[in-house]
Amino acid sequence: MSKKSRLHIPAPNARPGDKPDFSYLDLSPAGSVDKPAIDTRPRNLEHLASGLVRVLDDDHSAKGPWNPNFDATQLQVGLRWMLLNRVFDERMWQIQRQGRISFYMQATGEEAVAIAQAMALRPGDMCFPSYRSQGLFMYRGVKLVDMMCQCLSNTRDMCQGRQLPIMYHSKSGNVFSISGNLGTQYPHAVGWAMASAIKGEDHIAASWVGDGSTAESDFHHALTFAAVYQAPVILNVVNNQWAISTFQGTAGGEQRPFAARGLGLGIPGIRVDGNDLLAVYSVTLWAAERARRGGGPTLIELVTYRGGPHSTSDDPSKYRPKDEWAAFPLGDPIERLKQHMIAEGHWSDAKHESLLDELKTEVTAAWKEAQQYGTMTEGPWLDPGTMFEDVFAEMPRNLESQRRRMYEIERGE
Amino acid sequence: MARMNMIEAIRSAHDVMMDKDPSVIVLGEDVGYFGGVFRCTDGLQRKFGEHRVIDAPISEGGIIGAAIGMGVNGLRPIAEIQFADYIYPGFDQIVSELARLRYRSSGEFFSPVTIRTPCGGGIRGGQTHSQSPEAIFTHVTGIKTVMPSNPYDAKGLLISAIESDDPVVFFEPKRIYNGPFDGDPEKPAVSWNSHPKGEVPEGYYTVPMGQAEIAQAGEELTIVTYGTLVHVAIAASKETGVDCEVVDVRTMAPLDVQTLADSVRKTGRCLVAHEATRFGGFGAELVASVQKECFYHLEAPIGRVAGWDTPYPHAFEWQYFPGLKRMSAGIRRVMEAE
Repeated sequence: MSKKSRLHIPAPNARPGDKPDFSYLDLSPAGSVDKPAIDTRPRNLEHLASGLVRVLDDDHSAKGPWNPNFDATQLQVGLRWMLLNRVFDERMWQIQRQGRISFYMQATGEEAVAIAQAMALRPGDMCFPSYRSQGLFMYRGVKLVDMMCQCLSNTRDMCQGRQLPIMYHSKSGNVFSISGNLGTQYPHAVGWAMASAIKGEDHIAASWVGDGSTAESDFHHALTFAAVYQAPVILNVVNNQWAISTFQGTAGGEQRPFAARGLGLGIPGIRVDGNDLLAVYSVTLWAAERARRGGGPTLIELVTYRGGPHSTSDDPSKYRPKDEWAAFPLGDPIERLKQHMIAEGHWSDAKHESLLDELKTEVTAAWKEAQQYGTMTEGPWLDPGTMFEDVFAEMPRNLESQRRRMYEIERGE
Repeated sequence: MARMNMIEAIRSAHDVMMDKDPSVIVLGEDVGYFGGVFRCTDGLQRKFGEHRVIDAPISEGGIIGAAIGMGVNGLRPIAEIQFADYIYPGFDQIVSELARLRYRSSGEFFSPVTIRTPCGGGIRGGQTHSQSPEAIFTHVTGIKTVMPSNPYDAKGLLISAIESDDPVVFFEPKRIYNGPFDGDPEKPAVSWNSHPKGEVPEGYYTVPMGQAEIAQAGEELTIVTYGTLVHVAIAASKETGVDCEVVDVRTMAPLDVQTLADSVRKTGRCLVAHEATRFGGFGAELVASVQKECFYHLEAPIGRVAGWDTPYPHAFEWQYFPGLKRMSAGIRRVMEAE
């Protein structure tokens, strides 16, 4: 080629070996973003899409109009579930590394998203999660042993061996089935919310995608429908900076914040410190009340950082600096809440260690129990005939005959 | 008993089910105030209100995706995709979500969506208004695929589809909306007025999915087909003088192999016909099923009549479309083979 390409190819500020550089992140001081009334017209909310709602300051105090003024119990609830999410993830990661489950995905560094939002939503609100939303399932009552059994594809697996590890669902907890295809759940949440409005109920829906998945068509279909019908839905974009190896700029984050994606449709966007449990809770509650009162959808961008690899199949040292998480200006959500609680006199290092031990014991006990229902190498085993069930409400003749044939072949006939 | 064309029968199915079940709602482009470009939903919004008959943005992926979410929340959505040629933006939602939701959640979640979509050629629609993509959907397990050939079946099958807890892709051969078509474009159009299947009860009834029907009894050759070509097959039987048994498949998935096999065992000869392109078409599945069940009864290789393996051409529609001439040629070929 004789001419130099004028095409813009987005590139992250730092690659392996470079000094981490988050200078591209626009940060607002804690407490500096105003909290408009929930009936404010979308055109007067546009500034929220480019600011950054923060409550927890660097000095560990809680500041400003978005401070939910949690009491000691609420703070401990938030901390406990975030910590459980992390302990569970660490344990399952080790278990995968030991070859005892096939695959795993952690939410390390992003725990405040699921926990704070689960705390802000009502139990009757429907969640349409992404694959890093395990905290939603935990908070909404799915037992650790059941989540582990799903990862083991054993006889107690809620998915009966049909899904990769972490693709949970919970009908009783109102958490939808995780697909594994990216962003497909977004229009489902909007349709669910439309149905809620049609039925005259006040339940709302919420969904989560990553920064990368905002490029999927379903994201845009969902935003259009949400805006057109003013559906009571919260659309969350968890901007953890990385979609496997592509940084958030490759999904379009260089030009405008993801929170601004809905502005052209009249959907208010709020950019929030995703590692600040108090800010995330407050923003979610605001959006939920708005939706419940007929104010329509809100798009929330949760600015966070994917502290671990994308999955157990990923090696981020190949594409980003090893110490990038440590340099992330919004820190670690658990450490930040812990320090706030200590500063407020509600918590101590000793209490924290004791809680950590308690949660580790809980996770260990759950793992011990889960293995009794079967592992990858030891029974009891699921009946392979179950693979033919639930394809349709009733099994059609062709599947019945294939199931018979499968058994014959298994028996060597 | 009332006389209805296919459009009226489909509209009546909506009407009956929306009266019967308040969870049934309609969603699609132009379906509401206007009543649909083919008028299948005409009057429904006036009767049931704009919260149950919803005009949607031009976003097939959004229509199907939102319908799935509505279904999960207890509604029974009928999503209209204006032309089957436009269904592809919603294809991922159908394949990866709608078809597999029950399976992947072990039956905890499902969404009883019916997707209605006009299909097929013979209307001078060119390649964007004439496609027959049924095989793309029959290959996806977890959805039922239906294509009626007359008003009576259209209403009965559509009611079954709406009531089904499984997702259904419901193809409507638009060439026969207003009357049966025998595949000869030179003849004047006929209406459903004098056709026995144009007699349609006004109230509730069902035609079960998964059952083929003998559209014309015969002894010499079985023609297995569906949609518009049912009528072409009957006309070609008359033109060739061959005593053909015409089996209207009606539901492609799940397939009623028994009815096809019983017929071919009786006649010993089989011709499979559809409008869609031949290669990898649903006809291949029909041929394989008949061959497996009837191999020792066959007196000739199974014949196939289908659209040529080209995109649907605008100017050469009648050379492309498997009409009367091509169907008759197909019949003669199977009858002459030994």
